[in-house]
Amino acid sequence: MAIDNEIKIPEDSRLGGARSVGIVTTQYATFAEPPDQLELDSGQRLGPITLAYETYGTLSAQHDNAVLVFHALSGDAHVAGYNSPDDRKPGWWDLLIGPNKPLDTNRYYIICANVIGGCKGSTGPSSINPQTGAPYGLRFPVITIGDMVKAQRYLVDYLGIEKLLAVVGGSMGGMQALEWAVRFPQRTAAVLAIATTARQSAQGIAFDEVGRQAIMSDANWCEGNYYGSATPSAGLAIARMIAHITYLSDEQMHIKFGRRLQTRDALGYDFSTDFQVESYLKYQGDSFVRRFDANSYLYITKAIDYYDLTAGRGSLLEAFSGVPAEFLVVSFTSDWLYPTYQSKELVRALQANGISTTFLEIPSNYGHDSFLLPNEQLSEAVSDFVDNIYQRVHSVTGKSR
Amino acid sequence: MTTNSHHPRQRRRPDHELIAAFVPEGSRVLDLGCGDGQLLSDLAAHKNCVIRGIEINELYVREAIHNGVPVYHGDMLEGMGFYRDGSFDVVVLSQTLQQTLHPQQVLKEMLRVGDNAIISFPNFGLLKTRLQLLLSGKMPRHEFLPYTWYDTPNVHLCTITDFRELCMMDDLLIRHEVFLSPQGTRLHAWVANWLAGLAIFEVTRKPSE
Repeated sequence: MAIDNEIKIPEDSRLGGARSVGIVTTQYATFAEPPDQLELDSGQRLGPITLAYETYGTLSAQHDNAVLVFHALSGDAHVAGYNSPDDRKPGWWDLLIGPNKPLDTNRYYIICANVIGGCKGSTGPSSINPQTGAPYGLRFPVITIGDMVKAQRYLVDYLGIEKLLAVVGGSMGGMQALEWAVRFPQRTAAVLAIATTARQSAQGIAFDEVGRQAIMSDANWCEGNYYGSATPSAGLAIARMIAHITYLSDEQMHIKFGRRLQTRDALGYDFSTDFQVESYLKYQGDSFVRRFDANSYLYITKAIDYYDLTAGRGSLLEAFSGVPAEFLVVSFTSDWLYPTYQSKELVRALQANGISTTFLEIPSNYGHDSFLLPNEQLSEAVSDFVDNIYQRVHSVTGKSR
Repeated sequence: MTTNSHHPRQRRRPDHELIAAFVPEGSRVLDLGCGDGQLLSDLAAHKNCVIRGIEINELYVREAIHNGVPVYHGDMLEGMGFYRDGSFDVVVLSQTLQQTLHPQQVLKEMLRVGDNAIISFPNFGLLKTRLQLLLSGKMPRHEFLPYTWYDTPNVHLCTITDFRELCMMDDLLIRHEVFLSPQGTRLHAWVANWLAGLAIFEVTRKPSE
């Protein structure tokens, strides 16, 4: 989620490198034109819906090699490669996606779309409301993880894919992967749920609410009606700083910053920046407001907080009943936002349903952010798991044709 | 946590084939401490079994994922707790019983989630073991018990007779048994507690009257 981290870009993943997908163009498709708007979980209707998406690799003739990747809170459709030669950094999961990478674009057709409610090209609160000709602002309906997934089904239909090889996501992306499997059980062979949960915990809701309150108490927020004037950037920056803490770990903060001072040799005895960790968080907050819309932050965190796979389905056990997909569930030891016990709850319900499930807990001290950072164990597990699914699916589709 | 110098089983010869022979075609099999998943992937490939594994060592979990085996990374009692009663036809515990903290509980749980349990373990009653202890006065060490007493995963070693007693006490029915000498030849039950290096039992719950 904290994709501003200074990840060293390996030589072969730079533009023109052998393992980079190179230059990619974000595409747009529009669905749910009135009167066929999407019916949301709230009962409201939303349409038309534009989705920004990117694809990498080539869809096979049998349409059996498509992998849908879901992004987390602050992510976007740009998951790998570069949008322009001037880009400093590749897409947010470039570590996993590219030629001869774990999600090998020589073999798989990778799709990633910006979620609805977002601000990276898909319809969200900053989009123009066709009924008013002005940005939606708070007139944008409250959406859920289920709504995000239903919107992306339009795209998968549009691309002509009946059944995905796999759905993959970390954090909020993992929630979407789980939701996809439960809503559309016939439409994926495998689910990779990484550093995620089947329902947002009270602790998670608490942190999100503090973030929302920071935005909404910013004088510039104006009930969400700030487009075209000063934005609630101070509130959004604070929201990001709080959230960023939850993506790290005590140990990693100790290693990275300790009590080291920033640009001074002694304590200042004032309220300017003393410590490196303060400066780092301010930087995270300031760079975030340049690329993210405050209202989108409200809507997406609300969707995360509303997320409960058991809602309306009785229990987790019942939610997964009859789901034919195979699952890979991965947690990280130092992730305290979505701790291992939450992955195990998921695994318990999957296994009790007789669903083929693999669970791996990866030792890492990078906290929740581990899933976005270079991690050999994660790369290997994703690569091996999807490869095995592909071999099985491919031998079946190969035979039947 | 101190790191153990002993690795879990690599490929578990020679009991692999013998255990596989106990497993009926098409059965649902859970392997506890499945290592790299070799036994399970063999059973899936050659006997059309539905397979699940539990393994605590992360390196082996990754190997098992590589081998296409659905595996749970964690403690076997915790992992078995996730399954409903009678989820499996066979639950396998290969050369690990003596390494569990609560062998009796493990056995009980194996026969809750499964109808049959296949258990193999090194026989501490082996003549060589007895002689080493008797003559040198030190903890025995040989090919079946390769560890020093102060750095060993084996916390609950037992003899074949001990195991039979436990089965009797816990109302377990022994359905099959195979005993191997250190040279790998099969032995008669009469001499097994003296001469077998390895014992394999298949047990089930006694039908309640």
